[in-house]
Amino acid sequence: MNILNLFVVIPLAMLAALWLSRGIKQIRTVMVTGSTLLLALSVYLAADFIAQRNAGVTAAQLYTDSWCWYPQLNISYSIGVDGISVAMILLSSIIVFTGTFASWNVRPHTKDFFLWYVLLSLGVYGFFISTDMFAMFMFYETALIPMYLLIGVWGSGNKEYSAMKLTLMLMGGSAFLLMGILGIYYGSGATTMNIHEIAAKGNIPVELQYIFFPMTFVGFGVLGALFPFHTWSPDGHASAPTSVSMLHAGVLMKLGGYGCFRIAMYLMPQAANDLAWIFIILTTISVVYGALSAISQTDLKYINAYSSVSHCGLVLFALLMMTRTSCTGAILQMLSHGLMTALFFALIGMIYGRTHTRDIRQMQGLMKIMPFLAVGYVIAGLANLGLPGFSGFVAEMTIFVGSFMVDDTFHRTVTIIACTSIVITAVYILRVVGKILYGEPVNEEHKRLTDATWDERFTVICLIICVAGLGIAPLWVSDLINNGVSDIIATLKP
Amino acid sequence: MDFTILILILPLASFLILGLCGMKMSHKAAGITGTLSLATVATLSYVTAALYFGAGRTAEGTFETITPYNICWLPLGGTLSIDMGIMLDPISVMMLIVISTVSLMVHIYSMGYMKGERGFQRYYAFLSLFTFSMLGLVVATNIFQMYVFWELVGVSSYLLIGFYYTKPEAIAASKKAFIVTRFADLFFLIGILLYGYYTETFSFTPSETLLVAAGGVIPVALGLMFVGGAGKSAMFPLHIWLPDAMEGPTPVSALIHAATMVVAGVYLVARMFGLFIDYAPEVLHIIAYVGLFTALYAAVVACVQTDIKRVLAFSTISQIAFMMVALGVCTSSDPHSGGLGYMASMFHLFTHAMFKGLLFLGAGAIIHAVHSNEKSRMGGLRKYMPVTHITFLIACLAIAGIPPFSGFFSKDEILAACYSFSPMMGAFMSFIAALTAFYMFRLYYLIFWGKNHYEEQLALYKAGATDHEPHKPHEAPLTMTLPLVILAAISVVAGFIPFGHFVSSNGEAYTIHLDYTVATISIVLSVGSILLATIMYKSGESRLTTAINSRMGAFIQAAYHRFYMDEIWLFVTKKIIFNCISRPIAWFDRNVIDATMDLLATATQKLGNFVRPMQSGNIQSYCVWFLGGALIIILTLIFFA
Repeated sequence: MNILNLFVVIPLAMLAALWLSRGIKQIRTVMVTGSTLLLALSVYLAADFIAQRNAGVTAAQLYTDSWCWYPQLNISYSIGVDGISVAMILLSSIIVFTGTFASWNVRPHTKDFFLWYVLLSLGVYGFFISTDMFAMFMFYETALIPMYLLIGVWGSGNKEYSAMKLTLMLMGGSAFLLMGILGIYYGSGATTMNIHEIAAKGNIPVELQYIFFPMTFVGFGVLGALFPFHTWSPDGHASAPTSVSMLHAGVLMKLGGYGCFRIAMYLMPQAANDLAWIFIILTTISVVYGALSAISQTDLKYINAYSSVSHCGLVLFALLMMTRTSCTGAILQMLSHGLMTALFFALIGMIYGRTHTRDIRQMQGLMKIMPFLAVGYVIAGLANLGLPGFSGFVAEMTIFVGSFMVDDTFHRTVTIIACTSIVITAVYILRVVGKILYGEPVNEEHKRLTDATWDERFTVICLIICVAGLGIAPLWVSDLINNGVSDIIATLKP
Repeated sequence: MDFTILILILPLASFLILGLCGMKMSHKAAGITGTLSLATVATLSYVTAALYFGAGRTAEGTFETITPYNICWLPLGGTLSIDMGIMLDPISVMMLIVISTVSLMVHIYSMGYMKGERGFQRYYAFLSLFTFSMLGLVVATNIFQMYVFWELVGVSSYLLIGFYYTKPEAIAASKKAFIVTRFADLFFLIGILLYGYYTETFSFTPSETLLVAAGGVIPVALGLMFVGGAGKSAMFPLHIWLPDAMEGPTPVSALIHAATMVVAGVYLVARMFGLFIDYAPEVLHIIAYVGLFTALYAAVVACVQTDIKRVLAFSTISQIAFMMVALGVCTSSDPHSGGLGYMASMFHLFTHAMFKGLLFLGAGAIIHAVHSNEKSRMGGLRKYMPVTHITFLIACLAIAGIPPFSGFFSKDEILAACYSFSPMMGAFMSFIAALTAFYMFRLYYLIFWGKNHYEEQLALYKAGATDHEPHKPHEAPLTMTLPLVILAAISVVAGFIPFGHFVSSNGEAYTIHLDYTVATISIVLSVGSILLATIMYKSGESRLTTAINSRMGAFIQAAYHRFYMDEIWLFVTKKIIFNCISRPIAWFDRNVIDATMDLLATATQKLGNFVRPMQSGNIQSYCVWFLGGALIIILTLIFFA
């Protein structure tokens, strides 16, 4: 049996087990077992994938398989992975695993929470393993819907508004996306929904590409926080519970970038080349604008949400540069941003759970009160501003070097503008660190707060190890991704 | 030379040990762990130097460049990749000695200075991290590795400046240091990107054909790299972070902000010197003028500061600018004609690290004794702190350029290089050198001579004018005086090292010979300045001082406020960037973009509300609609069919 199927089967089994389980103990057992299994499985997948590549297997997609689902529309459940998907699956498993521990004490309706949580991760896994456009779209929707409930029920603050806004905006994107997918399907002769077969044919007329490329790109771009469709992000993140923020910023936003690359750009290379400049301008704005907005925010989650806009903007930016290096950098940035933001949101959730405020003006001197969380926060901050030794540096440098390889004035200029984000990021990160962690504690109530519990420590340490691991030994990941990127780049820049 | 990897691994290991389980260790254990690892590193560095220089020269008369390690860390497509490794050549070996020596002294010294401080283990962890990064920076095999470690020293500096994290000034200073240098690093990064793209490599020795083909881009790239160097080395106008960085513990100032990290910019220019001299001599000259202005500015400001660490900070800025000028005035790579500046700069870097490190450690001992940075709390300390007094005096003589102390020799070479570049440049530099002697001795007299604050307070106490008994200043413990003595000894003899034999611009041996005219001029000027300082400050503020103060009040005020550079920067960052850019963008995002999205939703809702009454559930109205619709269809058919 194909190992990839397990990524759908295990979450399904978890859903069933959760449904049957009684009491918090059983729920936790199911969650921990399931997510550990998934993590182990994805580590095995990555190792096996690298081993096969080293053994000289050159096929673009490994572990491929296909079952016909709905023959009238040529929809099938086809699966297969390349380096990019393997990296994304690994990321998802790490986030799902740590997210489980970050939501150790979710109340009320613990069971329902985890049911939706698992359904969401099912959608994510399904999306990354699929090679059929329609199946991808279906899994994509499966991942989006639970978000509405997770925020609307378990969120905080103005949660109904945020949940509705997020869902509506992403659904709006989906509508474009569906049109785009149908356009691709009919444009390529309506014989197959399989991405790789369509790409191999490469027969979508250019006029159709001009119509459907922007639709598909924007459709996925909404999820990738493309300016000006990013405004769901600050509100959504601010209201979402900790583990949902982690999963959303950590994994779900990556679906956007992945889709843009794998469907929009790969299948419509001509339009991608011709229209890239429009989106390059938009993403450059995202990068700088997100960072500048973050400087004057006062809510921790807003700061991080805007920071995500900036960092995810860099992902799309690098993809549009369409050099092998920049695209490798983009995928690295997805990984890195996923891990870092998850770490950040986890820490913010833990701090918020204690202080009951996220307003940076009301916190001071947390370093003395909760040293573990504070040190974790400093590390997350340093990783976020691209310090060498953490993943952010590796990703950003790959992107900048890769983007600089396109040697015309326009691309050079926007690359330099995007580079300025490294300074702006430092400003907002250090501002927060200085404001909330350093200094003497002033709030009397805060002085009685406790430091992290064991499950929280576990979450934070796991994520820090991943962020540092990727930052210290980037070679294997970069190799893994590079391999997958080259095929797509070959189509884009023949 | 395979063992050189240990030079990097040991400090890293001690950082990890102290960082991860420091809290479980006693202060003493933590201090000893850090110091022992550093002592080993220092020993290894000396062995490396002995083996390297002992191996003799190649047939071309230069020292061979050895690369014991070089691994591909991150491939970046094409021929580009970030490598990590170790490269030994004369300047990197020289830097190894400087860094490990000063760092070891600081490690020993801190055992006394930081005794009983909260976060002692954290302090040693950060020191190790810094030492690791700085060593990694100097042995870098390529420009990107240098950038990687460049960022790491930046962050260690940030962490150490903000060591007293409950002090608002320290928080602000650490933030400022990081952001200002990061801003400069942006230019460095762009320079690296340009350089890498056109030379198709990040190594220091790209192919000549590509360099020639790149043409005008290389000077731009090198210029941008220099901006990065100017940020770290506190060149005007990016110097503003350094004086504030004195909020960190004093031994840190000695190590990072006097001896090692701040010379990284000089080291960068020296590292790329071959390219500068061949492809961008005009950029070198810009560097010289930037350096000259910085040296002058900082020296003037140093003359009027009252916080002793700030005097030393501005003195550091000024001295680093000397090194920059020396590099900038080079006109060829031949040390015998026009390339003297390179050797002089490296020589001064070496001697300056020793005597400036000594000055800071001495200042630390003084601050430790009187519990204040302000000169008003000092005065007449020579009786109470004899060892500190003598060593401080030696350092002052060295920096003032009095023979036979080390500073004399290195500064003399710099001045000779400047005079051969242009007499104007030489004259300016001599004047600044004289200012140096003046402000250093002003500082010296204010600390060690004149009325003693303690005695005054004691007299007041005895007379019953104050209630609390003053604290008697005391000599520092052995852990602190020992490094002082060692550094003082080096400061005395370092001038006699045949430095040109080891380091010169094209690698060939160069015998230092004093230029007697230049030497005479500078000695006369220095002695004159010292005498002037003696008259003005030896016994408190003399009449002359008061007269000068009243005549030049406005100028002195301006200099005291560092010519309002900080205010200008604050205006730019706070007022312009924060209030005029960031705030409006945040507002725009909420009230324009987001509002548009909300408007879409509201419009849909309104539309829904508008259509809703049609679905009233009222049979009669449905009938009306039905009949009306039917009527319209019938009429249309009649008229158009």
